[in-house]
Amino acid sequence: MVIYILCFALLLVGIYGVLTKRDLIKIILSLGIMGYAVNLMFILFAYRTGASYAILVKGKAAAEMVDPLPQALILTSIVIELGITAMLVALAIRLFEKYKTFDITKIRRLSG
Amino acid sequence: MILPFLIIIPLLAAFLITLISGEKDNWAIVLSILAAISLLALSTFSFFTTGNNTFIYEMSGWKIPLTICLVQDALSTFMLVIVNLIALTSLIFSVSYIRHYSAPWKYYALFMLLITGMNGVIATGDIFNLFVFMEIALFAAYGLVAFGCKAEEYEAAFKYAVMGSVSSTLILLGIGILYSATSTLTMAKIAEILPMLDTKLTYWVGAIFLTGFGLKAAVMPFHAWLPDAHSSAPAPISAMLSGVLIKSLGIYTIIRFFYNVLGAPQVFMIILMVIGSISIIVASYLALGQWDLKRLLAYSSISQIGFILLGIGIGTRLAVLGAVFHIFNHAVFKALLFYNSGALEMAIGTRDLRKMGNLKKALPVTSATSMIASLSIAGLPPFNGFFSKLIIIIAAVQANYIVYAVIAIIGSLLTLIYYMKVQRYGFRGGEVVEKTEIPVSLGMKSAMVILAVLCILTSLMIVPGIRELTLDPVVSVIINKTGYISAVLGR
Repeated sequence: MVIYILCFALLLVGIYGVLTKRDLIKIILSLGIMGYAVNLMFILFAYRTGASYAILVKGKAAAEMVDPLPQALILTSIVIELGITAMLVALAIRLFEKYKTFDITKIRRLSG
Repeated sequence: MILPFLIIIPLLAAFLITLISGEKDNWAIVLSILAAISLLALSTFSFFTTGNNTFIYEMSGWKIPLTICLVQDALSTFMLVIVNLIALTSLIFSVSYIRHYSAPWKYYALFMLLITGMNGVIATGDIFNLFVFMEIALFAAYGLVAFGCKAEEYEAAFKYAVMGSVSSTLILLGIGILYSATSTLTMAKIAEILPMLDTKLTYWVGAIFLTGFGLKAAVMPFHAWLPDAHSSAPAPISAMLSGVLIKSLGIYTIIRFFYNVLGAPQVFMIILMVIGSISIIVASYLALGQWDLKRLLAYSSISQIGFILLGIGIGTRLAVLGAVFHIFNHAVFKALLFYNSGALEMAIGTRDLRKMGNLKKALPVTSATSMIASLSIAGLPPFNGFFSKLIIIIAAVQANYIVYAVIAIIGSLLTLIYYMKVQRYGFRGGEVVEKTEIPVSLGMKSAMVILAVLCILTSLMIVPGIRELTLDPVVSVIINKTGYISAVLGR
């Protein structure tokens, strides 16, 4: 149970960072932390105490294995997160070229 | 068997465009318009052949709990028709509009990926697959919002990308919780198992998904990114984002999830009604104060999404009919209004309503179609917007939600006021402009005329004989909540 609460705390750290930080790079890092927390949550859901890797060998019952499906899902979501992060960093670089700053409070030509 | 092609064709077109296009964009245009025409034909065909049936496509020969399945029922094919209709007109409009930007072939490739994502989200019956397609659509959308390479566009795209990835992370968290509770990812299977579990789970997952999908649909507490992103994108992309992206990623998923998977719990229906009515009023007030035409249109999208959510929240047969009809109508006239704004921006080089003059003589097609679209969205009788709003209001009165009915009436009056402002300042007031620098091209005109004709024609969808063919099967899928489970699992 403790480990789930710690994992949820990690998610909250990420949300806190997105909401309060003013630096573009820190916002991107906070999004990364949120993503890691959710990925970790998936792995925890799949974990079974005392179970082994999910490869069928002779004489091994399916009940003794961890659930392999969330691990496969996480691979997909890691790739998606990689893409999003690369995109955000590229946008941050372009924003820096235009505004000469990473401070989100100074990047505000759009309002209303 | 049609649904896989609705995903394969745009995906293939996207990759072919990146492979074969060079300096010129001719091949990219030909390929993407061919793809869009075939998609529209396929989706229309599948809509009219589906009727009240449900067809399942199970990928790679596995059976349902193990495979990713595509679900073809009236609701999904109806949404597919909307998406591909707006996509085709948007491409026709883009041909001359997007030549003003650099590297137009990249635009067409991203556009095809956007369609892939939206079609995938609508077609799939697997909740993790829905997440993946959602990310494909959002990726393309971020790129397209930043396509103009101006400072404001990067700013809007960054804001949109941050909000989008927060909501995607929340949706992924919800999917994880659902999987750990039910050990399956097929939506129909989840819906079958959920009633046997603790109701607290329903509330937790519902709250997380409402936040996640609400951010995508830009309902009122989660709307901050929409006016920036939709007003900074190139005009045909604004039309795609406002017309169909917020509906397929936000509204469609909310309908599918809260009705067909969770079985429309009362708490969430009340929440939907409340946030819907807040969106209607607050977004209308914000729209009243705007002088930038595209920002005004973007705020108006939030308020029209409020009408749809109100209809879904009331949940009677009539209200859902109104909501479904309004989804179609809003896609048509909001896309048309964004095309008008794009044509104006190209012809006279400004989006500020105060700097426009009387354009009746200089831009006859644009001002005439914008008049039709404004009257439709404001809800005047012969046009389609009138009927859908009227149905939602009548349904609210019938279900004894008088307060919500009054809110909807005030909302549509405010809509009338700010579209009169658009007409008064933007098209019909001030000095007469004789000629514009750049004429509006034939492609742009024809896209606008097609949608203007549809604004009038689709009001026929409410006539009983046609309604039974078009809207009634869609409403049946939504209202018949648990019918989805038996239809997909084949019991």
